[in-house]
Amino acid sequence: MATFKIKRYNPEIQREPYYEEFQYDPPEGTTLLDSLNEIKWTQDGTLSYRMSCRSAICGSCAVKANGHAILACQRQAEHVIKNDTVVLEPLGNMKPIKDLVVDFDPFWEKINKVTPYLKPEETKPEKERHQSQAQFSIIDDSSTCIMCGACYSDCNVLEVDDNFLGPAALAKAQRFVGDSRDKDRKARVEQLSEPGGIWDCTHCGECVERCPKPAEPFHRIKEIMTVALEEGVHNNNGARHALSFTKSIKHSGRLNENVLPVESIGFLGVKGIVNLVQDNLKMLMQGKVPTVIKDVFGLIPVGLRMLKKGKIPPIIHHSVDDVDDVKRIFKELKQ
Amino acid sequence: MKFALFTGCVSKGATRELMVSTMKTAEALGIDFVEMKSAACCGAGVVSEQSPILADALNARSLAIAEEQNLDMVTICSTCQGILKKSECKLDSDEEYKEKVNYVLKEGGHQYTGGKIKLKHFANILATPEGLEMLKSKVVRPLEGLKVAAFYGCYVLRPSEQSEYDDPDNPTGMEDIFEALGATPVYYESRVKCCGFPIVMMNKKASHDMAGNALADAIQSGADVVVTGCPLCHLSLDSYQPEIDKLKQLGYSVPILHLPQLVALALGIDSKELEIHKHIVSTPNFENKLAKLGAA
Ligand code: SF4
Ligand code: SF4
Ligand code: FES
Repeated sequence: MATFKIKRYNPEIQREPYYEEFQYDPPEGTTLLDSLNEIKWTQDGTLSYRMSCRSAICGSCAVKANGHAILACQRQAEHVIKNDTVVLEPLGNMKPIKDLVVDFDPFWEKINKVTPYLKPEETKPEKERHQSQAQFSIIDDSSTCIMCGACYSDCNVLEVDDNFLGPAALAKAQRFVGDSRDKDRKARVEQLSEPGGIWDCTHCGECVERCPKPAEPFHRIKEIMTVALEEGVHNNNGARHALSFTKSIKHSGRLNENVLPVESIGFLGVKGIVNLVQDNLKMLMQGKVPTVIKDVFGLIPVGLRMLKKGKIPPIIHHSVDDVDDVKRIFKELKQ
Repeated sequence: MKFALFTGCVSKGATRELMVSTMKTAEALGIDFVEMKSAACCGAGVVSEQSPILADALNARSLAIAEEQNLDMVTICSTCQGILKKSECKLDSDEEYKEKVNYVLKEGGHQYTGGKIKLKHFANILATPEGLEMLKSKVVRPLEGLKVAAFYGCYVLRPSEQSEYDDPDNPTGMEDIFEALGATPVYYESRVKCCGFPIVMMNKKASHDMAGNALADAIQSGADVVVTGCPLCHLSLDSYQPEIDKLKQLGYSVPILHLPQLVALALGIDSKELEIHKHIVSTPNFENKLAKLGAA
């Protein structure tokens, strides 16, 4: 016999959610969703959750089991029951509506924000638009997303910032950024490089861990980053951070922590500095506080604090031994 | 025990006390760390944003250097560990890709074979049954009464297939080490979360909010000190702690130690030698506990 500790919520009856325990012994091989169904059918018909396909296709049944998002129909009950108990809760980062059902509206709004459809060239080909196997394989993984919201639920950035597009929308964005038939690649990566986009992802890897399909958003986000850098969309802290970081390794084989923050906020190369001055003058003229001022002042307190404690990285930046070989690898790969 | 030590950049830069305490711990435990002085930065998941194959080539080179020395490789940074591991998995699972990378390495005299050596975080070496026994036998100053909260760092946990921990959603390796040292582990939900460091230059507020939520959780769960295996987490949780709004509002603060610093305290090395005073945050509570243990 196992205990299913389920978070119950029905605002029409009681304002605060509470946990209710159900006893049920899932037969070997049955899924978590089967167990929920059994409990609903035989113990409490008011228990609410979403389901449809029962075969990990429709993406309806994602819930949190023991604190982490999973598809209830994709896991065997016995695999999630630990010490005879499983705790079931609604997905995170979305408002609960009733029991395990949450409000997906913000999720869909963000999907819509990335223009989730193909924008092909106007001129129509005689027949279909061809894609080679290699071209298709770039978007193969992101195409597998079933919009279950498991990634969205456990994303560490969404826990603190609603403005973040989030893993599912960004995986969907890669589906079109990487599509050889789409004409808006550059415009797409420009939009995705704005605040709330790709560079706000904190690499926590939760979305990769929770995704029931090969879509694994974090990997897709990194693919978009590579495209953005290739397309020359460099005028933001995230892109400059990546460029400065890689440049530092190219010169010395290791990271120069003194230079990285300064270059990240805009002081990167002549072109970067020209851009920085132009952008910030524009902001000044519009009566806004130039971001560079905020950024520079943002670096000062932590810098001083570290200086006082003797934690500033050595001013003379040493290279790794045999740095010439490192430089050679960069050259060989045309970086 | 002899290992090739991949130091990473941060232990040579902003958290040099990590390097100091690692070497002292190793010495006290009789572990021989051979520093990999020609290994390049792991790329921290940032070089791969620009060019995935570049990051993999640099990491294949580092792994090849350890192979040449015929030594298992130890990292002291969760990020280095995760990133090197990711490259290793990519190379080992795709023969054609490995050949392509090896072609790039050839002229430098390195070739990556794969499967010859193991790649582990220092914590994973200590958290084995043998490692824990060794620790217990060498502890001269049990950290009694010290409540210690682990902060693992994302990259040693996720993706779980590449993690060295048995149950990356609910790991116990760090806590097992704390117990072996005589300390009391504090279990709290945020110990497996992100510290926010990767986006501190892009979205400072979100970054600090993540760190703040995690630290508030640790403190409310009773921690005297938070211990991490990742110097980037350390920067986020310690160097930036005075700027974290949530903690300011709650009037909280908590010191953050590197794992080898905590281990070394129990091995009888004093706080000063471990450069714990170089950290930004200290609390009277922690200072008192150290003094009581005779470790100040
Ligand atoms: S890796 Fe990025 S997108 Fe994925 S869950 Fe973490 S912060 Fe969110
Ligand atoms: S990316 Fe994966 S976890 Fe996220 S919605 Fe799609 S299928 Fe679900
Ligand atoms: S019910 Fe369709 S995915 Fe689970």
